Amino acid sequence: MRTVLNIIQQILSTPAIFVGLIAMLGLLLQKKDLQSIIKGTIKTILGFIVLNAGAAVVQDAIIPFGDLFQLAFGVHGVVPNNEAITSLGLNELAVETSAIFALGMCANIVMARFSKWKYIFLTGHHALYMSCLVAIILSIAGLDGWQLMVGGALLLGFVMAMFPALMQPTIREVTGDDSLALGHFGSSCYWLSGQIGKLCSKKGKGRTTEDVNFPKGLSFLRDNTISIAIVMFFCYIVVAGVANFQHAGKAAAIFGDSNWILYSIINAITFSAGIYIVLAGVRMLIAEIVPAFKGISEKLVPNAKPALDCPILFPYAPNAVLIGFLTSFIGGIIGLAILALMGSAGLGAAIILPGAVVHFFCGATAGVCGNARGGLRGCVLGALVHGIAVTFLAAALLPVLGSLGFANTTFSDADFTIVGIVFGNLSKFITGNGLFAVIAILFVLPIIYNYTIGKRNRAAADNQ
Amino acid sequence: MAAIKKILCFCGSGLGTSFLMEMNAKKALNSLGVTGVEVDHTTIDDIVPGAADLFICGADLLPNAEKAGKAIGLNNMVSLDEMTEKLKAALE
Repeated sequence: MRTVLNIIQQILSTPAIFVGLIAMLGLLLQKKDLQSIIKGTIKTILGFIVLNAGAAVVQDAIIPFGDLFQLAFGVHGVVPNNEAITSLGLNELAVETSAIFALGMCANIVMARFSKWKYIFLTGHHALYMSCLVAIILSIAGLDGWQLMVGGALLLGFVMAMFPALMQPTIREVTGDDSLALGHFGSSCYWLSGQIGKLCSKKGKGRTTEDVNFPKGLSFLRDNTISIAIVMFFCYIVVAGVANFQHAGKAAAIFGDSNWILYSIINAITFSAGIYIVLAGVRMLIAEIVPAFKGISEKLVPNAKPALDCPILFPYAPNAVLIGFLTSFIGGIIGLAILALMGSAGLGAAIILPGAVVHFFCGATAGVCGNARGGLRGCVLGALVHGIAVTFLAAALLPVLGSLGFANTTFSDADFTIVGIVFGNLSKFITGNGLFAVIAILFVLPIIYNYTIGKRNRAAADNQ
Repeated sequence: MAAIKKILCFCGSGLGTSFLMEMNAKKALNSLGVTGVEVDHTTIDDIVPGAADLFICGADLLPNAEKAGKAIGLNNMVSLDEMTEKLKAALE
């Protein structure tokens, strides 16, 4: 008996198998045939293992970058990238993350069913990264075992419905109808960009981005791995160059036999290659789980709106996408400069470098939202503020990430950093059971509201 | 022209949007009564000539896809109607 229990416990604490079982459960619930169940389960496990392999490649490329940065500038340099930090976080909290991921989707369905936030968050990779963030923050706050998993799931379910609800008025402006919602964890800054756009439109909306003749040649930057490699190359070459000329001896130990320029090129592209592998792993990992989630939620909450990944907004304003990316990136560089000044003034902040992916996807989306509400001015200002904001948010997140705060990468998109900052700092005052209670109350509030005040308001509206 | 046997949907990172288009494309093929076509989703990096017989993406990425072969660009990537209509035209 003992050995059987032991084996079961071992299976459940082997993350790759655990996620495979979650996928298998999803496939069984959809009553798939045996062939699909075997294929889907193995593919999910495979995805997890590929993801881990990618994490190792990312680490190989990013650790020397951190060392060189420390050598060159004497401070901690961080490249924010969700994929990279999640792959590192999964090394420590894989089972907890997977459980939060699976239970959190159930919590999302409960929230959509019983509250007014009728949104089902279908962007699986973002839900996975958020699970990882929540697992990190809550485990530092002293939660473990079932409390960590259930508390994390309730928090995940809450944000999976709350952020699409926050964005919906802006999305209506972008798409012109109410049929789809945005499920992307950069929403707080897209919302901000929309508000900035609103302010800009007070003096008349003016030209929109789509009236401008914008060079199409830049569209090769839409290729993720290419833009990551280019941005990382510029970061690497500056850092490696300074380290090489100021501390030649110590730097040479890092470069090994390579020339510093060659070293920078290879490591920048290796970083991008690692992200490519992690993405391939994530793609396989969520490929069976998301359709199951979609199918089950459509049955249980038929009137819910699907909240989808941000590029669904891109065809509505292709120019705003590129302008948003570029201005957000400039915002990131401004943020970097301010952090560097703060650092040299002894305020000791870490340096956040502009991550390609966050400025690309989130900057572009902020641009689209700013444009929908405030035309070209709204797009430029909204995306610029977005770029500065995500930089400072990422810096403010580092102190609450525990040992992962010292990694050379971190979460990048605004909602990850905001949720992390809020709950990470909250846990300085409330830990353990108290924090669990706070999360549980937070989760039931929108539901109670819907059945009390919301119901009364609707009744009053019907009577009129 | 050669029959379409493999369709690849793609987007920037090949995670969310392309996945959604794949699910929609499968639904559309079902409703058109087309069988024996493989549909998958991936990232823009994997879009090379020969990777598939037909590529599907958002209208904003269409120029990248046309370099690789026959392609459909969707204005509304969640609209099943647009997907069905454009797939029907492409399959004919």
